[in-house]
Amino acid sequence: MKRAVKVTVNGKAYAHEVEPRLLLVHYIRDVLGLTGTHVGCDTSNCGACTILLNGRATKSCTLLAVQADGASIQTVEGLATNGKLHPIQEGFWEEHGLQCGFCTPGMMMTAVDLLQRTPDPTEEQIRMGIEGNLCRCTGYQHIVNSIQHAARKMRGAAGRATPR
Amino acid sequence: MAVSKLFGAKIKRREDPRLITGRATYTDDMQLTGLTYAEIVRSPHAHARIKRIDTETARRQPGVVAVFTGKDLQGVINPIPTAWLIPNSDLKTPPHPALAIDTVRYVGDGVAVVVAEDRYTARDAAAQVRVDYEILPAVVDQQQAMAAGAPQLHADVPNNLAFKWPLGNGEATAAAFKDAARDGVVIAQRFLNQRLIPNAMETRSVVAQYNSGSGELTVWYTTQNPHIARFLMSVVTGLPEHKIRIVAPEVGGGFGSKIPFYADEAIVVFCARKTGRPVKWTEDRRENYLSTIHGRDHITDFEVAARRDGTITALRGKTWANLGAYISTAAPGIPTILHGLMLTGCYTIPNLDYVVYGVFTNTTPVDAYRGAGRPEATYLIERIVDLVAAKLKLDPADVRRKNFIPPDKFPYTTAEGLAYDSGNYGPALDKALAAVDYRRLREEQRRGPRNGKLLGIGLSTYVEICGLGPSSIVGSTGFQGGLWESAVVRLHPTAKATVFTGASPHGQGEETTFAQVVADELGLPIDDIEVVHGDTAAVPMGWGTYGSRTTVVGGAAIVLAARKVREKAAKIAAHLLEAAEKDIVFDQGRFYVRGSPDKAKTIQEVTLQAYLAWNLPPGLEPALEASAFYDPTNFTFPFGSHVAVVEVDTETGQVALKRYVAVDDCGRVINPLIVDGQVHGGIVQGIAQALYEGAAYGPDGQLITGTMADYAVPKAHMFPTFETGRTETPSPHNPLGVKGVGETGTIASTPAVVNAVVDALRSYDITHLDMPLTPERIWNAIHGQRREVKAR
Repeated sequence: MKRAVKVTVNGKAYAHEVEPRLLLVHYIRDVLGLTGTHVGCDTSNCGACTILLNGRATKSCTLLAVQADGASIQTVEGLATNGKLHPIQEGFWEEHGLQCGFCTPGMMMTAVDLLQRTPDPTEEQIRMGIEGNLCRCTGYQHIVNSIQHAARKMRGAAGRATPR
Repeated sequence: MAVSKLFGAKIKRREDPRLITGRATYTDDMQLTGLTYAEIVRSPHAHARIKRIDTETARRQPGVVAVFTGKDLQGVINPIPTAWLIPNSDLKTPPHPALAIDTVRYVGDGVAVVVAEDRYTARDAAAQVRVDYEILPAVVDQQQAMAAGAPQLHADVPNNLAFKWPLGNGEATAAAFKDAARDGVVIAQRFLNQRLIPNAMETRSVVAQYNSGSGELTVWYTTQNPHIARFLMSVVTGLPEHKIRIVAPEVGGGFGSKIPFYADEAIVVFCARKTGRPVKWTEDRRENYLSTIHGRDHITDFEVAARRDGTITALRGKTWANLGAYISTAAPGIPTILHGLMLTGCYTIPNLDYVVYGVFTNTTPVDAYRGAGRPEATYLIERIVDLVAAKLKLDPADVRRKNFIPPDKFPYTTAEGLAYDSGNYGPALDKALAAVDYRRLREEQRRGPRNGKLLGIGLSTYVEICGLGPSSIVGSTGFQGGLWESAVVRLHPTAKATVFTGASPHGQGEETTFAQVVADELGLPIDDIEVVHGDTAAVPMGWGTYGSRTTVVGGAAIVLAARKVREKAAKIAAHLLEAAEKDIVFDQGRFYVRGSPDKAKTIQEVTLQAYLAWNLPPGLEPALEASAFYDPTNFTFPFGSHVAVVEVDTETGQVALKRYVAVDDCGRVINPLIVDGQVHGGIVQGIAQALYEGAAYGPDGQLITGTMADYAVPKAHMFPTFETGRTETPSPHNPLGVKGVGETGTIASTPAVVNAVVDALRSYDITHLDMPLTPERIWNAIHGQRREVKAR
């Protein structure tokens, strides 16, 4: 009763036969071996499993792998390109946006989506924008700083009109 | 202490690159050849007798490797032990079988385990395990559990009373209360410290592998203290300690909940041995809420005696501490030693009379959760100081100042018998009040509500006990271990260094701060230093990370080991420079003869010579490494002042946190960025107790707040930007002068926010409300009064 799934993850094409009930997050972690995406709850509250599905932040514990058939997925492993950190990764590192690091991949994926839609967010927009992602360590303040750092950096890059 | 380069520097964390790129390995990320998955079948009833367990259907499912019940474990896996046997308390430690044998005592108690080829099959099969229960009456409230006729959880524990722990001086306290009743004030208040769920973002996970050929057991798991885990694993499984290796891979937060030795790790190890396959078990969040320890859950009747000028003369109280269904690893010490001994806070209160009842109930076991006993104590004292101020119509800042231990009295011995190492409480309070412009805020408050919004200002001046701790003292409190810490500093021939610590950080950043310390001591580039922790096969015996001890105790061990390395290197340098050792100067990685800095041997040159050993001073051993075991002479006592400014909406009961100022004194600061992070995170957890979080049980023992959808883990938009500041009063006895900062925020912020909300409601004659201060609770308090809001 397995179903075929074809997805592109971090630019690489995959095809597998999976059980229809397999959660996308387990497909990513256990089948593809991309364990940077985490599972923190089972009610879609914590956001540790957040990935970009066709460019939009999506909780991968709330989708079945078969529902992602044909989709383009980006996970934390795909953020850095050619060994160069994505501005959001730089922001989290520079501003001490993480402690235990467990929520961090999901938090960064949400932030990337937020910054794509709102390149110059206010503090309030950031705090509201990451409300689907829980962090128990940082008290969120350094995460806000990290996202602001990335926003400045990304706007700067866009301002210089450097092709990506 | 030498002037240093990296101590105090705001450098970014060295653990981050692996964490921000998804390359870190948490326990559930582990894969092993032939790995199987375990699912633990848990009781859906709070209290029941097991009549029969039918595992046959489950066993027959394709992909199922094995199914075990409590009877299979009996005689093989010993009961789960308790490690803090508090004295003078008649402590009862009834047996805690890893899987229940005839009785289940809380929802989540394990009754069977299924091992299967994959997660989904294991879970499917677990649902096929049929258990016939005879449901027994349950009790969830600790006072009800002590009442006559209450359901009894354990044989030989009458009235479910696990212990009764007295503290203080009853006679002198009674006399002080008598005096206060005559010409001072006596205030009594019941306080509830509600039950909290720790919510480390990573749930618990265990991977166990047993090699029957070598007899070696390796367990990768989410622990804050691998060596304690190894010791207890040997006690529980009977395997010899030297054949057990415990590894804490990347650990996704703990907050105390990954200190205990749980039944689950013993169950998984049993499965690995029995099946001959490696076994992985990972909790889901629902399971975490049921089977990982909870925190707090105190009911306290508290009384204060004070003179009319606000001088507090005595405290008296009783606390009923809910322990849950079994005694978790450190549980007896949390509401007693770590709570009772901090009740007088930062004040010169000479008299105390207190008793703590530890009570079994049909709930999840309660143990250390961030702050562990100290937030509960600080809440009591900081709330009751505010009650004194309100009753006497004094400013709460003035009452605090009046009772502060004066700076010239340190070391100060408290009524509880602790010797506070150092403190200077006034300047921290002044700085916090200046930061919020306290006088202007009070004026604004006097002008009355604006648009139905009441302004409230809350103070919390705390002191806490950290750096656990001097082994002889913790031994006298019944803790079944020492709390010294170990370190090895090993230079390799190329003068790259590996630093091993017996502490086990899991997000606190000591891979960075410890490297800063070693870089300074040895004059090495920080990138040449790696800090290793969390593996009993690599690191000497140590006690782990909790109780704000890692930098205080573990850091001290590291600096001592690094200094031993430097001393040995100096001997070699002296020999190479043909000088007397006493004439050798060490400066930023270079050894030279005093007065001749141009002719130097670098630490790199000396290290290589130490390994070549062609030309060492006579009698000196080759190589360059040193170990240190540091047992502190005292605890450390960080302190500070936090101020919360809130607006309470009288229409909705909603609290808006307008400002939050934290001035903390954790002694010397190694990395301000990391200290700020610790403070922020702590503040949020403390505020969450004040305003949002609370575990709720139904009378039948069902956890009502059983998922993250029901339990209010706070979100980013619930907080303003915190304003942090510091004063610096070094610990006089710690080699680094540090005091610990991991729990300060949690300890300080809960009473600061509750004090602010109650302060806002003063015009309604509301003197106290229990946490969490939800809009509903506040609205009912306001509107139950049916009074006009009046200006004061």
